[in-house]
Amino acid sequence: MTDGLSGFDVLVIGGGNAALAAALSARESGVSVLVLEGAPKEFRGGNSRHTRNLRCMHDAPTEVMTDAYSEDEFYNDILRVTGGQTNEQLARMTIRASASCTEWMKRYGVRFQHAMGGTLHLGRTNAFFLGGGKAMMNAYYAKAERAGIRIIYNAEVVDLDVVDGRFQSASVLVEGKPVQIGAKVLVAASGGFESNLEWLKEAWGPAADNFLIRGTPYNKGKVLKRLIELGVQSIGDPTQGHCVAIDGRAPKFDGGIVTRLDCVSLGIVVNKNGERFYDEGEDFWPKRYAIWGRLVAQQPEQIGYCIIDAKAMGKFMPSVFPPAKAQSIAELAKQVKLPVEKVVATVKAYNDAVQPGTFNHAIMDDCRTSGLRPEKTHWALRIDQPPYYAYVLRPGLTFTYLGVKVNEHAMALMKDDQRSQNIFAAGEIMAGSILGKGYVAGFGVTIGTVFGRIAGREAAMQALNRGPRDGREEAPHHAAN
Amino acid sequence: MLPTELMNEGEHLMTVCNACRYCEGYCAVWQAMERRLVFKESDLNYLANLCHNCSECYYACQYAPPHEFDINPPKTLAKIRAYTYELYAWPRPLAKAFRKNGLLVSLLTAVVLIGFMLAASAIVGSRLWAPVRGGDAYQIIPHEVMTLMFAAVGLFAAFALLIGFLRFWRNVGEAYSGLANPAALTRAAKDVLRLENLDNGGAGCTYPGTESSQSLRWFHHLTFYGFLSCFVATTLGAIYYYVLGWHGPYSYASLPVIFGTIGGIGLVIGPIGLYALKQRRNRDIVDESQYGMDVSFIVLLLLASISGLLLLVLRESAAMGTLLVVHLGIVMALFLTLPYGKFVHGIYRAAALLKWALERSRPPEHNVEV
Repeated sequence: MTDGLSGFDVLVIGGGNAALAAALSARESGVSVLVLEGAPKEFRGGNSRHTRNLRCMHDAPTEVMTDAYSEDEFYNDILRVTGGQTNEQLARMTIRASASCTEWMKRYGVRFQHAMGGTLHLGRTNAFFLGGGKAMMNAYYAKAERAGIRIIYNAEVVDLDVVDGRFQSASVLVEGKPVQIGAKVLVAASGGFESNLEWLKEAWGPAADNFLIRGTPYNKGKVLKRLIELGVQSIGDPTQGHCVAIDGRAPKFDGGIVTRLDCVSLGIVVNKNGERFYDEGEDFWPKRYAIWGRLVAQQPEQIGYCIIDAKAMGKFMPSVFPPAKAQSIAELAKQVKLPVEKVVATVKAYNDAVQPGTFNHAIMDDCRTSGLRPEKTHWALRIDQPPYYAYVLRPGLTFTYLGVKVNEHAMALMKDDQRSQNIFAAGEIMAGSILGKGYVAGFGVTIGTVFGRIAGREAAMQALNRGPRDGREEAPHHAAN
Repeated sequence: MLPTELMNEGEHLMTVCNACRYCEGYCAVWQAMERRLVFKESDLNYLANLCHNCSECYYACQYAPPHEFDINPPKTLAKIRAYTYELYAWPRPLAKAFRKNGLLVSLLTAVVLIGFMLAASAIVGSRLWAPVRGGDAYQIIPHEVMTLMFAAVGLFAAFALLIGFLRFWRNVGEAYSGLANPAALTRAAKDVLRLENLDNGGAGCTYPGTESSQSLRWFHHLTFYGFLSCFVATTLGAIYYYVLGWHGPYSYASLPVIFGTIGGIGLVIGPIGLYALKQRRNRDIVDESQYGMDVSFIVLLLLASISGLLLLVLRESAAMGTLLVVHLGIVMALFLTLPYGKFVHGIYRAAALLKWALERSRPPEHNVEV
């Protein structure tokens, strides 16, 4: 099992979309490739197994996306969600390269849903994998095996040997057994650190104890941490990432998509003390979704309670857990152990402040409150129709942004901004180079695919002793900026 | 009523799947699921029969075991399907007996029928063991006797299947008027005849292994169209006999023989292929309790096609008499067991596809944003 693991041209650490894109892309040049996946085979694929789509620029309708999505529109979306905390050169390069991603993925057996099918809210901007991210990873792994890429599961990288920016070897526990693995070139595609609870605590303080991790329990960030210690430049804030409000009863890890709750806009959200704390009707779901995790994380004990009435039922995606249900607000509050009088008063104050309007969940409607603090600015209907329901909300951490800084060749940069010698990075481990904060759906997979492909190709070139390719496809257009 | 444990399993499955919906591109099951927010027993019965058992969703599932949510759609839906086969069957106790000992019951039925016919034939002093000139089967068993026996068995099977169909239709809450909707019927017929739900845009499905292929679809087509071709051959034979007054045996170039031969060949290759695929299937997603029922149908189909083809080739030999009785006994056993065995999957699958065709033309009751 652990024989002959040294001497590969390219060592890929990680087993998700970026890692496999790098491995397959490197293999295209004929070099030998070893993939070390920390998870067992059943849970392979990192957070990619929970993904569903990727965001792609396109000029005209394709088989898998409708209409068009231009570079500028895409870039403006990035600019908006990050509040400008991005790198325009890398972001635009990623956007341009996204145009060829779906075709490349199809070559490796990834199947997509048809553009118009299903509940595709994002059918214009995002291409949806048939069956989701695990199906995508299954396709990649099948092709990788057939292409002669060696894959080792249960391979946890615990240390790296890097001298003057040159990767020498990795210390790996393969099914618990220590092995030293050398290779000519390293591609680090091992994700962020969101499942490293101690590291989260360092960043967030004790609040991190109440976070739920929506994805893989295998993203411990060991490779990330070690690279930074070894002189690779870090980028991003450890408290930034994609954090959404999810059902508080979700498992600690790996709850994935089914734990999301999106009834916030249909009711009110109160904290542990029975008080509202933010405008539930501020915006549509993509933004709402992206901010509510942090909002709940800032509340006492990192918990929130979404209260809705019978009118809201059937208007949002059902959660996997049933809500608390009662015939009166007081009874409901008692059930979920909230201060009864306070909740009753909060609901009453809210109901009294609701202004007449025409409810329409599909637009920013005119149903709002007046004289309340905070106001609810859209979709505000009185909570007056029993039965009443309550869902408990917790911050659900999806991925983290603290990462290593790379250039447009996916090459890791050292602290002095010099290139490393033979270290490339792709996926969540370098996503912070582009996303400083905020999130736009499907962009993580785009970054993983684009940088995975670049990292694989560049790593192969390096292993073959050729310099970085003067790529036309991803080369930044300085003149345009 | 679904056993409580199975009901809970089905509800859990649909709750998780309906909150996820990543599989909606695969087949009708997931699109039909999305039109619902609660899952009553009748919904589970419908969705279970809409499932073609292809396993794509299982391999794509982020919640499949060993994940703690333990989502296994092919297995859970197969278990519910098996339950519905008993629920809708008429008369019900026969289905139960058959499900437990499918292969034994089928073979016993065939043996008893063959024995009975051989004995009857011997008693009336037929020329069972002598070669028959021109391979004329009616010299062994008079045409009237054959017609009468098959009419009785055929009508019984058809009646029992019809009752099953109607029971399904009522159970899943459809009105009889839906049965006369031409657009829905056309759509459902296309789904049935092309096995659209196993296609996945040309890639096929993950049956028997993790790699998608068209093999299940093609072996099923061979079996299905083989069966249909044999049915056409028999019908043509009847038309020749009663309408045109042409009495057999028909030449090798005649339509009944051509259809029968093609159908017979399909019914040899198809069931063998299906059996071989079945043996290679991932045991984690199979409801093992149905193994006997599935295999008995495959075996009866194979015995019927092989004995039929042999009968054609050897119709001028001394073996013809015995072969004829054996073939007839097998075919009769096949028809007698149709309403209680694997064959009913076709009835309920077709009915579920018809319901789906009707359902998808209606505006959705819920309009849920994701």
